[in-house]
Amino acid sequence: MGFLDDATLEHLRAVTNAPDMSRTKYTIVRELARGGMGTVYEAQDGELGRAVALKVVTAPEAMPDAIERLRREARTLARLEHPGIVPVHDIGDLPDGRLYYAMKLVRGPRLDEVAKGNAARAELLRIFGRVCEAVAFAHAHDVVHRDLKPENIMVGSFGEVLVLDWGLAGGAGVGNGEWSAVSGEISPQPHPAPHPRHPTVTAPGSILGTPGYMSPEQSRGDASAVDHRTDVYSLGAVLRWMVGATGESVPKAMAAIVARAMASVPGDRYQRVELLAADVEAFVERRPVSAYPEGALERLRRVATKYRTPIILVLAYLVMRVILLLAMRGRS
Amino acid sequence: MPSSFPPTRDSIIAAAASDDVIVRERALEAIAAAYRRPVYKYLRLRWRMEREDAEDHTQDFFAQALERELFARFDPSLARFRTYLRTCVDSSAKNAAKAANRQKRGGGAMHLALDFSSAEGELRGVAIPDERDADDFFRREWLRSLFSLAVDDLRAHCAEHGKQTHFALFERYDLGAERETYAELGVAMGIAATQVTNYLAFARRQFRAMLLARLRSLCGSDAEFREEARELLGVEV
Repeated sequence: MGFLDDATLEHLRAVTNAPDMSRTKYTIVRELARGGMGTVYEAQDGELGRAVALKVVTAPEAMPDAIERLRREARTLARLEHPGIVPVHDIGDLPDGRLYYAMKLVRGPRLDEVAKGNAARAELLRIFGRVCEAVAFAHAHDVVHRDLKPENIMVGSFGEVLVLDWGLAGGAGVGNGEWSAVSGEISPQPHPAPHPRHPTVTAPGSILGTPGYMSPEQSRGDASAVDHRTDVYSLGAVLRWMVGATGESVPKAMAAIVARAMASVPGDRYQRVELLAADVEAFVERRPVSAYPEGALERLRRVATKYRTPIILVLAYLVMRVILLLAMRGRS
Repeated sequence: MPSSFPPTRDSIIAAAASDDVIVRERALEAIAAAYRRPVYKYLRLRWRMEREDAEDHTQDFFAQALERELFARFDPSLARFRTYLRTCVDSSAKNAAKAANRQKRGGGAMHLALDFSSAEGELRGVAIPDERDADDFFRREWLRSLFSLAVDDLRAHCAEHGKQTHFALFERYDLGAERETYAELGVAMGIAATQVTNYLAFARRQFRAMLLARLRSLCGSDAEFREEARELLGVEV
């Protein structure tokens, strides 16, 4: 073989690694992100004439169970038809042996990027509520996400909120050996790249999740203890990250919500995501939250804050009346 | 769907430690086939050897590797084979610099059929790597050699299976400096553009399998193979 110059060498490396899309209706447009086992591409659906996201097993020679993991992930997603979960369009095998699935191509920043853009706490908590809805929906279908973190949450250009990367998802109490799919390994759109600070841990057969967001039962590798409350813990960690991201002081009631969500013992946490979401909503609306028994003074302060405007108006009215009365008396 | 990854090719690194001298010699020839160009270029640039000295030293290095069972002493738990080989080359070059009398060319040793003049031509315009870049340079040249061998494998495979058009397309599109459109290629080769897609896909699929098989054979352990594959193609194997 003659001399392969650097440009040819790089081209060969690229084409050798690219999925073989011949005999499919898709054309790869560009690579969006790459992980250890899966790569996400922007692709064009030639038949329907629309852009899609393709998640493809990175290599046909990949670990034998990688294909099965991706298939399971696609099936899990397909079961979860919800506005907060990216819909799957199609699944298939490529001529080179790789499995792929096609899904809606979503464009938008990840939650961690939204927070960097000086988003207000109220906006972040609105997003949190949408995340809770999607996760609660998954729980209702007996699917636990297991890797909830800011990098796995995307905010679309129309304000829609999507929970991504269901690669670790499985039913409650399912052992690692059965569901040890890698997530967080992939990203931007629709799957955010592994965050340098929050890489998903994938020690085979032991711990799966992301440090800082992983529940104690996940950290211990106790798969039998993993259930929907594992996601409650991770949501608590996301909430903690959110309220800290704005740099404002954290109110005691919010700190109590986070503490309850992130309790070490699952039985001490919110027992359902809906209860966590309800407390966060109550906090936003300045109502009492179940996680924090407030004193009389705190209640007064909260009510005063909540009804600040009408109270000011009433006070202003009363002051005006007093002034008027005094003025009339002085004249008479 | 069957995987395109071929059955594991025996590691020639392991064969280099065989008790059977013939197996050992064959393994060394295979190692030399993959490494002689990188070694020659490395000696020329890193050790600033004159052309003739580098030729001699490359010959001597592989000949002595056989005599001294150099590769049999490789321990995959300590380093990658490529790193080990480069360290051996460094050590050998140091000794050669000290030695007053250079070993005579050929001297009963294995003769490598290497076209040094073509390797020399490839050095034009290449900067001399300093100490820090030496490993990168050697790795780059090793990659070039590995890919070249895989291309040769693909050519042979296509010839053997009557897929010359597949290889011709691959050569023209993936190895050529200028890339025509599939439609232009189809016209030039007398086939439909859709066939161009399929033929190229076939050739690349085979090339990938051959590349990984070559890589596997040149690694001293499964762990090394996995690391190299991850770095080379970003894949987990």
